[in-house]
Amino acid sequence: MGRFAKVLQSSIGAKVAMAVTGILLVLFIIAHMLGNLLMFAGPEATNAYAKGLKDLGALLWVARIGLLVVFLVHIGSALRLWRMNQAARPQAYAVSESTMVTYAGRSIVLTGLLVLAFAAYHLLHFTLFATNPEFAQLHDAQGRHDVYRMVILGFRNTAVSGVYLVSMILLGLHLSHGVTSLFQSLGINNPSYNPLIKRLGPWSGVLVAAGFMAIPLAVLAGVLK
Amino acid sequence: MDLTLRVWRQKDGQSTGTLETYQISGIIPDMSFLEMLDVTNERLIEEGKDPIAFDHDCREGICGACSLVINGRAHGGFSGTTTCQLHMRKFNDGDTITVEPWRATAFPVLKDLVVDRTSFDRIIQAGGFISANTGGAPDGNAVPIPKPDADAAMDAAACIGCGACAASCPNGSAMLFVAAKVSHLAHLPQGMPERGQRVLSMVAKMDEEGFGNCTNHAECEAMCPKDISISHIAKMNREFIRATVRGE
Repeated sequence: MGRFAKVLQSSIGAKVAMAVTGILLVLFIIAHMLGNLLMFAGPEATNAYAKGLKDLGALLWVARIGLLVVFLVHIGSALRLWRMNQAARPQAYAVSESTMVTYAGRSIVLTGLLVLAFAAYHLLHFTLFATNPEFAQLHDAQGRHDVYRMVILGFRNTAVSGVYLVSMILLGLHLSHGVTSLFQSLGINNPSYNPLIKRLGPWSGVLVAAGFMAIPLAVLAGVLK
Repeated sequence: MDLTLRVWRQKDGQSTGTLETYQISGIIPDMSFLEMLDVTNERLIEEGKDPIAFDHDCREGICGACSLVINGRAHGGFSGTTTCQLHMRKFNDGDTITVEPWRATAFPVLKDLVVDRTSFDRIIQAGGFISANTGGAPDGNAVPIPKPDADAAMDAAACIGCGACAASCPNGSAMLFVAAKVSHLAHLPQGMPERGQRVLSMVAKMDEEGFGNCTNHAECEAMCPKDISISHIAKMNREFIRATVRGE
């Protein structure tokens, strides 16, 4: 543990930690998105999948705690690196003209924090039912928690859907710089793969955002009901 | 050419500086940017004013002494060009040109446009020595080096340590500089004995000096007057990971 902490103290060590945790978080997000898309397969598939996850029992808690640790390492390293960068350039240029810095790259800390705030709201909304206690009472014919119904009712509220849609655009922006960057942080830079790596970030951002946004949009459009 | 110069003037490290405006006329397009500043300084001296302090030495793009952020870009931002090799024909008659020093915590301003870059020297020092056998001089061709490695090492060795990477990076990161030095020796057999310790010590020193870290914008690569590629930063990251995993 002492050695791990020492590596995290180093700027490159912290960047490698961010890349590794970033990969795990992207895998989680893709799995989450594919699970969500079961909404289009109907109530039976959605509710059975949700029950399957809940039935994992102890394994589910291992996954949750593991995910929390991964989140904390990612966010903790990001904030430490960000503070180092702020301290390294305290005085701005009077004329600043960068040629390479993209909007997604410049705002990656901000989009990360906004997605974090969204994640907190999302847990209160659909997992803990703190914002909508009535969601806990929804059950389907087999007595399972009716996740399908909950999502439909939740997204019929345009303000709630709006928050989800905007948050997924922010997540897409975050991934579009982050996914490409993690390769460089891990030392993967090769002229034969670089064009692919450059495209991987923006494409993963677009696909993940589109996959998540499809559901609230389909509910608002009345495709899912 | 008639130009309006906005130049950062700062008496010393303790003072707060400000941008001063100067009108300068009769600049010949074939002058280098530093010769234009020389002419400006001659006129300032004639008027009994303090000339603008700026760093310069070889004036042929190989020493790394000249600096200057010109219109928001390190060395003016022209591909493969140091400030001393930047010619006034790149500007237009009547232009306003803003000239600022490198800005980074690890590059404190000493006077006007001159910054203290000894933090780079200390990073080089932290890199330490390479082991060399004593005795008779070895045959220069006795050690085989694959052509791609020799080319990569040569590309990295082109770094003149001017600091444009740290100056242009939004994070004030010197990783392109440190990576060039690490990658240069990590590609060559002569650098092998101290390979792991070198990268760990140089990265630790870089952090200690107060430089930022890479967020992969590649602004440094675009501004580097020696066209050092950020692929060397990836190489440094690989070297760092290797040395860490091996417990060096």
